[in-house]
Amino acid sequence: MYSEITLADAQKGANFPAASAISSSAGPEFEALLKQHKISGPEFQKILGIKGRAPSLTELGVFSAMWSEHCSYKSSRIHLKRFPTTGKNVVVGPGENAGVVRLEGQMCIAFKMESHNHPSYIEPYQGASTGVGGILRDVFCMGARPFANLNCLRFGEKTHPRTPFLVPRAVKGIGDYGNCVGVPTVGGSISYDKSYNGNCLVNAMTLGLIRDDKIFKGFATGIGNLVVYVGSATGRDGIHGATMASDSFAAGAAGATPGASKTTIQVGDPFAEKLLLEATLEVLEKNLVIGIQDMGAAGLTSSSFEMAGRAENGVYFDLDRVPVRAKEMTAYEIMLSESQERMLMVIEPKKWLELKQVLEKWQLAHDIIGVVTNTGRMQVTRNGVLEIDLPVSPLTDDAPVYKRPVAAPVEKTAASPNLNSLKQRLDSDFDFAATMLARALRETGSKQKIYEQFDRHIGTKSVLGPEHGGAAVMWIRSDETKAFPYLGVAIAAGCNERRVKNTPSIGAAEAVLKCVREISAAGGRPLAVTDCLNFGSAEDPSVMREFSDSVDGISNACRQLDVPVVSGNVSLYNSTDGVSIHPTPMIGVVGRVEDIRQVTPAVYGPGRESADIFVLAPHSVAQQLGGHKPARSDKEPNTVSFTASLAAKLDGIECTQGELAEVDWESEKAAFNALEALRAMGCLRVVRSVGEGGAGLGVVKMLADHLAHKPSIKIHMTHATQFFGEGGARYLLILAPDALKKAAVKVTEFGMSLDLVAQITFDNKDKVESYFGTTSTASLNVEYQSAQPIGGLG
Amino acid sequence: MSPLKVVASSLRVGVLQFPGSNCDADCVDALRRHFQIEAVLVWHQETKLPKLDAVIIPGGFSFGDYLRSGALAAHAPVMQEVKKFAEKGGAVLGICNGFQILVESKILPGMLLHNLSQTFICKTVHLKDPAGNILTMPMAHGEGRFYVDKKALEVLNEEGLIAYQYCDLKGDVNEASNPNGAAANIAGLYSRNKKVLGMMPHPERATDVAMGGSKDGLVVLRNFIDRI
Repeated sequence: MYSEITLADAQKGANFPAASAISSSAGPEFEALLKQHKISGPEFQKILGIKGRAPSLTELGVFSAMWSEHCSYKSSRIHLKRFPTTGKNVVVGPGENAGVVRLEGQMCIAFKMESHNHPSYIEPYQGASTGVGGILRDVFCMGARPFANLNCLRFGEKTHPRTPFLVPRAVKGIGDYGNCVGVPTVGGSISYDKSYNGNCLVNAMTLGLIRDDKIFKGFATGIGNLVVYVGSATGRDGIHGATMASDSFAAGAAGATPGASKTTIQVGDPFAEKLLLEATLEVLEKNLVIGIQDMGAAGLTSSSFEMAGRAENGVYFDLDRVPVRAKEMTAYEIMLSESQERMLMVIEPKKWLELKQVLEKWQLAHDIIGVVTNTGRMQVTRNGVLEIDLPVSPLTDDAPVYKRPVAAPVEKTAASPNLNSLKQRLDSDFDFAATMLARALRETGSKQKIYEQFDRHIGTKSVLGPEHGGAAVMWIRSDETKAFPYLGVAIAAGCNERRVKNTPSIGAAEAVLKCVREISAAGGRPLAVTDCLNFGSAEDPSVMREFSDSVDGISNACRQLDVPVVSGNVSLYNSTDGVSIHPTPMIGVVGRVEDIRQVTPAVYGPGRESADIFVLAPHSVAQQLGGHKPARSDKEPNTVSFTASLAAKLDGIECTQGELAEVDWESEKAAFNALEALRAMGCLRVVRSVGEGGAGLGVVKMLADHLAHKPSIKIHMTHATQFFGEGGARYLLILAPDALKKAAVKVTEFGMSLDLVAQITFDNKDKVESYFGTTSTASLNVEYQSAQPIGGLG
Repeated sequence: MSPLKVVASSLRVGVLQFPGSNCDADCVDALRRHFQIEAVLVWHQETKLPKLDAVIIPGGFSFGDYLRSGALAAHAPVMQEVKKFAEKGGAVLGICNGFQILVESKILPGMLLHNLSQTFICKTVHLKDPAGNILTMPMAHGEGRFYVDKKALEVLNEEGLIAYQYCDLKGDVNEASNPNGAAANIAGLYSRNKKVLGMMPHPERATDVAMGGSKDGLVVLRNFIDRI
């Protein structure tokens, strides 16, 4: 076709006969139609006001998608406003396709995390892979070249029948997509909990490099400019994906009746994505486009409305020109399809031939499908019928905003006898304690079966990856940062959902803190935060309490640590049959590394030299653990306890039991400063932050690569709280030779202590010794290596 | 990010680009950083090679690896030229997908099948060359299990064409050190004139100790440049 579309064409199209309105007479048929589109009664009244009469079916579909929770953030918006989003390094804050933070000079990092939970539960391979595709496009449509992917996964119990089905497929989906596009997957987090039995979480994060003067945004500016469709042809896949992602599952939706919801699942083609990536970066580099937006959730609908909305313009589309996979596709289907690997570009007519050349070089389908108008309206025709004629702004800016009921804070229940006795049982029953270590290793052990399926080195920037047990570190070499030849970026992502469930305001703050600790342990300083807020139903006031408190917790941590939130995503309605997931505000933090030659892994690497492991902790924590100054209560800041701990989970104790200690920000910051000082003195070899499972588990995991080598590991911990207790600003360190003396003196300047907690010697004795006795390293290795429910795909 | 700078260099190395190639930039970067060579990117539709001293076929998923890895790329116009270039004694290095393309083009013998595990595997491996040197570098592929029949394997052995075998740290070539089930642990292969080398592991990813602790990839690249 390839002829231009003019404003006269748009005017002509606007005068086509309008599609017939839906019948809005009350009755079961109408009720069913609204329900199917998840439009409430009051929302329909609002639609009548905007349209002036009943909408066409296609228009109703557009409202349904644009006002879905997924696209409009209607339940979360009022809370998200509370995030601190500004700072001296922020270049682009929330609201764009991705946030952008300055790294050095003109060189910036664009990054964001996004969920693809619902599709991944129904069809894990496609769901997870298109999740990666979507976040990649969000980053490269701004003009940034992606250089790192991470993923945060949550699945149901390993014994749940669906878990071993989901995990290998989701992992393969993530790997196949990123590997083919050529972006290394360098980190993330995974855990298993019964709260995800009916709703897994697949959150994907991408980082891209971009110069501050090359950032593109999705604006449909310039009346008469052309709207160009680029990428894969539109098919019937993923129709109403955004609406689905805004609803809870009933038992029949996924596992029980496969196929029932599969038409809402998108199918990914990473090869098409790679071509789209290269073509997009080339046209942006050549300045051929005015505005660009990927077609993600709600496809052509949301991309066009968002671009027109931002520019306060109108858009006319002739859908007969959209490349389609099936001839008879209706306007409804074309507008709502979520076919993958597509972009919408706005260009000046004179750039068309040059743009076409680039798109043909990369073998991408393309056509002019519309024009930017001054009508302020979205007008869309198909087969000579005006299918959509709606004002733009009421659908974007004036989308409904709900102040959902928020339940009163949950009264803390007293710790159950089981939680109260856990410490004492671990202290006195040595078999129980030894078994606990083995089970903790099986629960949280090696992720090798996952990350070995991810290309982790492509791009040759990877310095630290998942095999190093902590934050990922990438080496940024660019012409723009030549004065800093060893400049790097550290990235960490995760969240301990049990602690969030216990006390959202503390647990969510700790999620930020956990990432910052990992970045600090690796040798970086945090710059900014992205989040992916996975919660249950927005219509459940107790969920909204968790949501609201989590937003406050994240905000508090961001203020304390001086890291703004620059991008994010909300996924509500993660519930099945009325059971909501644990609140899971997944956090991703990006940091700056001055010199990648100074970074430290979180595991003791190759080589078979004996080593001493020290714990770096605030004096108050050291005193508590040394028994010199027991905490008055678990709630006292910096207290190490068993509340919501891994040991409690493995003992079958609900994570809502007991109280979490408040974060002691001063101690946390003191620890960061102490680590920086030790690093500057060249004292550090291995640094691991103590988290889930406590310092004892941390020691074993730090040394896990050597369990197969049958060493002796002596863990000088004398009681269960030291070994399995969680909390407190603690780090495990292996120091450089002869560094102990100066390091021990230095840390006291920061109110910290350095104590020997473990030793490893390679003597073939095959034993781990601690307060509860001796275990074989080989047997612990079996547990450690069996952590992931990944066999074959069967 | 920025367009590749073109600096004069005595050696003219071409790096092929197919739709789906994704290690092209890494190869260009390694040649520039460590050998001061400004490589020329050569598009797959070229029907004539520019004046070159050597060709690198980089890794990736050419044409999405649809059909079979490398199968479609082998029929791209540029490969007919590379074939002639190789026949005339030109130096060619195929890495990962590049090795697959060389095999599909019949420039090198054998086949590259799905890994025995049926999964993509990314890990650091050790390689032994015929002189007994042990090199360490990453591999990352789903279809890298080299296969030839017994008779052909004997020929490869007799003619000394096996460039690299997967081994362990001590240099033992055995089943435990074979990551993908390759025949005779073969990771890399020479042509008869030893001017063409195809290998599954990635030398361009092991060019600095900061990248996973090894710069043994430089040895491979240095040998390749020396063969030109």
